[in-house]
Amino acid sequence: MNDRVSMPRLQLRGITKSYPAVVANDRVDLEVRPGEIHAVLGENGAGKSTLMKIIYGVTRPDAGEVLWEGRPVQIASPAEARRLGIGMVFQHFALFETLTVAENISLALDDRIKPAKLAPRIREVSEDYGLPIDPDRLVHSMSVGERQRVEIVRCLLQSPKLLIMDEPTSVLTPQAVMKLFETLRRLAAEGCSILYISHKLDEIQLLCDNATVLRGGRVTGAARPKQETAESLAKMMIGSDLPECHLDAREPGAPMLRIDRLTLKTLDPFGVTLRDVGLTVHAGEIVGIAGVSGNGQKELLAALSGESPAGKPETIMLGELPAGHLDPARRRDLGMGFVPEERLGRGAVPALSLAENALLTGSNRGMVQHGLIRHKVVRGFARDVITQFKVKARNEQAAASSLSGGNLQKFIVGRETMLDPKIIVVAQPTWGVDVGASMLIRQSLIDLRDRGVAVLVISEELDELFMICDRLAVIAEGRLSPAVPTSETSIEKIGAWMGGQFKDTKGLAHA
Amino acid sequence: MLKLEPRAEPSRAMAYASPLLAVVLTLVSGFLLFSLLGKDPVQAFTVFFLKPVSNAYGIGELCLKATPLTLCALGLALGYRANVWNIGAEGQLTIGAIVGGGVALWLHDFNNAWVLLPLMLVGGALGGMAWAAIPAILRNRFHTNEILVSLMLVYVAKLLLSWLVHGPWRDPQGYNFPQSPMFHDAAMLPLLAEGIRTNIAFVIALVLAAVSWVFAEKTFAGFRFKVAGLAPAAASYAGFSEKRNVWLALMIGGGAAGLAGIAEVAGPIGQLQPSISPGYGFAAIIVAFVGRLHPIGVVLAALLMSLLYIGGETAQIQMALPAAVTGVFQGMLLFYLLAADLFINFRLRWKPKPHAATTPLTVVAKEPA
Repeated sequence: MNDRVSMPRLQLRGITKSYPAVVANDRVDLEVRPGEIHAVLGENGAGKSTLMKIIYGVTRPDAGEVLWEGRPVQIASPAEARRLGIGMVFQHFALFETLTVAENISLALDDRIKPAKLAPRIREVSEDYGLPIDPDRLVHSMSVGERQRVEIVRCLLQSPKLLIMDEPTSVLTPQAVMKLFETLRRLAAEGCSILYISHKLDEIQLLCDNATVLRGGRVTGAARPKQETAESLAKMMIGSDLPECHLDAREPGAPMLRIDRLTLKTLDPFGVTLRDVGLTVHAGEIVGIAGVSGNGQKELLAALSGESPAGKPETIMLGELPAGHLDPARRRDLGMGFVPEERLGRGAVPALSLAENALLTGSNRGMVQHGLIRHKVVRGFARDVITQFKVKARNEQAAASSLSGGNLQKFIVGRETMLDPKIIVVAQPTWGVDVGASMLIRQSLIDLRDRGVAVLVISEELDELFMICDRLAVIAEGRLSPAVPTSETSIEKIGAWMGGQFKDTKGLAHA
Repeated sequence: MLKLEPRAEPSRAMAYASPLLAVVLTLVSGFLLFSLLGKDPVQAFTVFFLKPVSNAYGIGELCLKATPLTLCALGLALGYRANVWNIGAEGQLTIGAIVGGGVALWLHDFNNAWVLLPLMLVGGALGGMAWAAIPAILRNRFHTNEILVSLMLVYVAKLLLSWLVHGPWRDPQGYNFPQSPMFHDAAMLPLLAEGIRTNIAFVIALVLAAVSWVFAEKTFAGFRFKVAGLAPAAASYAGFSEKRNVWLALMIGGGAAGLAGIAEVAGPIGQLQPSISPGYGFAAIIVAFVGRLHPIGVVLAALLMSLLYIGGETAQIQMALPAAVTGVFQGMLLFYLLAADLFINFRLRWKPKPHAATTPLTVVAKEPA
């Protein structure tokens, strides 16, 4: 037994991988033992994903050695990785919505096994590990958490000796996270090694035995998370102290955005119908909407931006103006700004330069004269955004697609902010953005609030919402909870609401 | 097995080289084709590609045929950049010829060319626009597919023209031939020089190429087109009305095609006939893509396509090759271009088949507690 434990299951020695522009991994060493839950901690762009891709056989290293159970191996493809016993649960699931669980898993396995034959095994494994799923259910009817279970069960069916989890909790409610941790601990107790990739310090402290910290492609530290503080881990991860943002108490002003009994039937067969949504956002306050994605956030955003008209004009009031019937351009003219969830393809056009992307929403700010584009004004504005929001880009002529996710998000938030909105609606402000940039973005939202702008933030990150919001509401299955002052609620209560348990509360509030 | 893999970084240079590559491949295939037909390929190439442009008249013909191709393709290219797929330039061209030609027939006593010609040209453009308005209305109102609607309207337009020249507009002195009276001199577009048939419409086409470049690069409407084509979701996020884009794209495409139509009947043809275009409106689709949807590219591609038309005619006459040879060359050109474009974004890889059934499917073995 001791012998087995002392032999590392996976060992990486001096793994180096360079891409034309960057060195993604620079002489990375890593060791995982059987039954160990090992965190790989790092900001976006630190090289975590590249390292995992190398282990899972998606990419090959330029130099370095991979040892599997003490033997040097060349992992040429994911299929080969799976044969060795490596399973990976990706952050974004590749499931077919119109197929059942069993059909999806059958497609993903290397062996061709009929879904019907697979079903009993799925049931057995999933119940064994406390992840019950019905193999005959259609995927589109499942929540994101349930879909993740499908992916985990798919890996478990292949009896993995090493399970890679890539940012698994970004899509889960706090309660579901706890449930997932139970499963992972159980797996580890049975001897399965787990590589847990995340930038969430508290989770890593709760779950992981060891951590390898990456920064700029290099290992900057190895730690036992339970013996560290969040500050010391953060310091290893970002190389400096965690920046903070301040939210000073402030009296909100007049109502700027009022949603009144918004009911919107979805046309998308997999969409969510909004039911009786009501909310008011005042000048100089940040209201947050929490909730697991796929509960109507997308639909609510489209209704607010005007991409799907809300029907009766009075349903959405901008100040004193009924706006439910207005298109996005008119709402912009009235002082609304938006930061959408999808950065590439919606918030910005990937193939166009940052300057042209500034023109995308800034056209009514002197950038167009007599139908002609004033390129000088456009470029100047883009340059201002780049400097003020510390966007890392070659210059304003760089294509949006050449920026990292975090930098592009800084640019989009900066653009919308500098267009001087009276109301700004922001979706997932820091999704996939590194810690430093997250703080900058959050602080800029707080600055807007302090300037008297009405800010509405829709996010899945509860920590973030508690950090920056004056009031919080929860969206679940297309219904919106009442908004409560952040100081009068708790993560547990909001977490429970995310499961949809606020209907009674609402009844009380009305009574 | 062979697999298509997306390339990490598509080459920009290849995006411009691919039309040239397509031309070379077309020529090589043409070479083989002529050899297989038992013709001397060198002679065939001379007849096809060199002879037609060996004198001033030939070059004039080249520009003459390039005119309607350029006009149609300029309009289509702008629309294609905005994801509006007008396939019916041939029909819009036909209606443009009918309306513009109708003006000429109606004002047959009117001899002031300075008034008559602009009237005819405007009439032609308006006719093409009106025809293109049908797919625009249907798409914006009922979400119909503009590809199908604009294509089907081609045949309606052709039948309408046929009915007119067989019936109400037939020349009473025309020995019962299905054609209108010849247009009088004031209703004919002035020629650019003696001894060639190229007319003022060629200059108009070149000017419009410049205008369309300005539109695409310098105007906000052109920017909206670009965004709608590159990222439709970003266009709707920014509040660019899709309906307005559809309208504008189809009006520009229809207007340009209508202009091409009237320029044909008031130019080389001189009257309305059952057939006024050997498929310029369809060939313009190829021209637009070979020209990379860029105005300068469109002009060059139109000259190339025009050469294929003329060369095909010469080859018919001098070498007894079938008329279909022009269509074959057009088809090959588009085929090779699409193939070359595919390889800008993808590469072909030989991948060994994954080994089957080596992973036994077992539930994780549990250790005894």
